[in-house]
Amino acid sequence: MHDQLFWFFSIAMLLSGLLVILGRNPVTSAMFLVLSLFFMAGLFVLLEAYFLAIIQILVYAGAVIVLFLFVIMLLDLKTENVRQFKRFGVFGALVVAGALAWKLTSVVSAVLAAAAKPVVGTTEAMGKLLFTQYLLPFEVTSVLLLIAMVGVVVLSRKETK
Amino acid sequence: MIPVTLEHYLIVSGLLFSLGLAGVMTRRNALVVFMSLELMLNASNLALVAFSRFNGNLHGQVFVFFIITVAAAEVAVGLAIIVALFRRRQTVQVDEITSMRL
Repeated sequence: MHDQLFWFFSIAMLLSGLLVILGRNPVTSAMFLVLSLFFMAGLFVLLEAYFLAIIQILVYAGAVIVLFLFVIMLLDLKTENVRQFKRFGVFGALVVAGALAWKLTSVVSAVLAAAAKPVVGTTEAMGKLLFTQYLLPFEVTSVLLLIAMVGVVVLSRKETK
Repeated sequence: MIPVTLEHYLIVSGLLFSLGLAGVMTRRNALVVFMSLELMLNASNLALVAFSRFNGNLHGQVFVFFIITVAAAEVAVGLAIIVALFRRRQTVQVDEITSMRL
């Protein structure tokens, strides 16, 4: 059951990822990105990272994609469907991405997993780590979010001179 | 059927990363380039979670938590930049934005 679900989730995720970069309309791309992120959350569940699966859906599908769609609607791109791809980009991308994919997939056979007891990423276990060992990075992250928020407000303000 | 191991997850992660890279390199629309960037971030997240699971170590998942947070902040700032750029230039095509000054 676990294996079948793995194949289903990963093939569906890669297909929707492909449709993200092939879609003509940015809204279609955004929708396939949501789908891809959902299947990724499914893979996280298979890896027993339950907390991260929920965070993935809440943060990505909930916040990030809404932001994307909001900006797409705000920009109202009408004269869009002329040329989607860069002129010389496609060939270069095929070569580079193909080489990278080949290299990455051929290198993993050298990776050995330590035969350790598998961990379960429950909210409790994650919370314990976050509030003990990773307390300082956790607090710094909140400052980072504040900086990002202020930055966005400054960037999107209308200039009044 | 062969059982699913760490390798399978890493191969899927590598393929997704390459897909994102291809998207960043080929697309003209800055928004779609940005979405491809998100795909690459997610691919790295998958690799981290897979390593974390198969090595019996929860720290990788904590890292993914931080990556997701930073990615959310990055998306907010990036989209604000795209909106500001669109206001000045009336375009989001990356190959039409060629000069450094606005």
